[in-house]
Amino acid sequence: MRYIEPHAHMVSRVTDDYERMVLAGCEAVCEPAFWAGFDRSSSAGFYDYFSQLTEHEPKRAARHGLKHFCWLGLNSKEAEDVKLAEEVIGLLPQFLDRPNVLGIGEIGLNKNSRNELRILEMQVDVAARHGQLILVHTPHLEDKLKGTRLILDALKNDRRIRPERVIIDHVEEHTVAMVLDTGMWAGMTLYPETKCTPARAVDMLETYGRERLWLNSACDWGRSDPLAVPKTAVEMKKRGHLAAVVDEVVYQNPARFLAQCPKFILDK
Amino acid sequence: MTQQQVLDLYFLEARHQLVEVAAFLDRLERTGPPADFRARAFAEAIKILDGPGKDKVKAVLLAFSDPTQEPIFVATTKAACGAWPGRGEA
Repeated sequence: MRYIEPHAHMVSRVTDDYERMVLAGCEAVCEPAFWAGFDRSSSAGFYDYFSQLTEHEPKRAARHGLKHFCWLGLNSKEAEDVKLAEEVIGLLPQFLDRPNVLGIGEIGLNKNSRNELRILEMQVDVAARHGQLILVHTPHLEDKLKGTRLILDALKNDRRIRPERVIIDHVEEHTVAMVLDTGMWAGMTLYPETKCTPARAVDMLETYGRERLWLNSACDWGRSDPLAVPKTAVEMKKRGHLAAVVDEVVYQNPARFLAQCPKFILDK
Repeated sequence: MTQQQVLDLYFLEARHQLVEVAAFLDRLERTGPPADFRARAFAEAIKILDGPGKDKVKAVLLAFSDPTQEPIFVATTKAACGAWPGRGEA
């Protein structure tokens, strides 16, 4: 089996995880910029982080024969410090031409505040001006419904944004339909306690169709599983889905979306 | 999948999860009447499981969700707690 991990925070993972992912059939990993678990004290911290994502981490993945791509942006948890956020957004253009950068992400909302929304709109503007794909984080738990609505409104209000070039991540049963109805892509994140289990993700694939859905582990420094995507592929097989259908979901779908960025090239 | 296949694949796991929920409710009950908004939200969501309709997981998620539409003035915390504090207290 082959698969693409379209959302994983590998800077937080040990080298053994790279090895296990490759053994499970991973052919490419994509790493959105995210919250480090603490607030960074200056934009210099983000400069170093973006350098890590575009210089160091691809080399680390390559030691296991794995292609590494990334997304750059300011996460919503650090958006209340508007001055810092504006400085970080100012850093983005100088990194966008680097060979493994796929677009702007993960950007979005966390607690659905005015400043979070303002910083989201600023980063959508950067994506529009530079012709970048967009990867959006939707809020957690009780904040997800409202946040997803606010995010979709913000994206629809910017006429430069083409929906097929946006992936709205971390959808659940109460948000997946509203995302797909806009023409955007939807990502299902497989977590042990929050977001989706493999069984619920397969339920959604069976209910809403698989045309614009992908699966990801979003593995990071919290409770998460870097093998969640192949485990969900096994869940599909347990239900009787054909190998070709599994391949469509875990490989062809992310490849189809990501290939809208010409830098996303996989080894033949 | 057929009903037989769903039961063969998922019955034991669902039974286990239901027993865990029952144990949680007993544990909570031993502490007295529900005073916390999370306990009240949980009790409301439980009612959905025994009701009509096929979209139960969506209904449960909606029961825990913030239904308001305007952005909040400022985020004073980063974490979500799983239930909207405003429900039943407005």
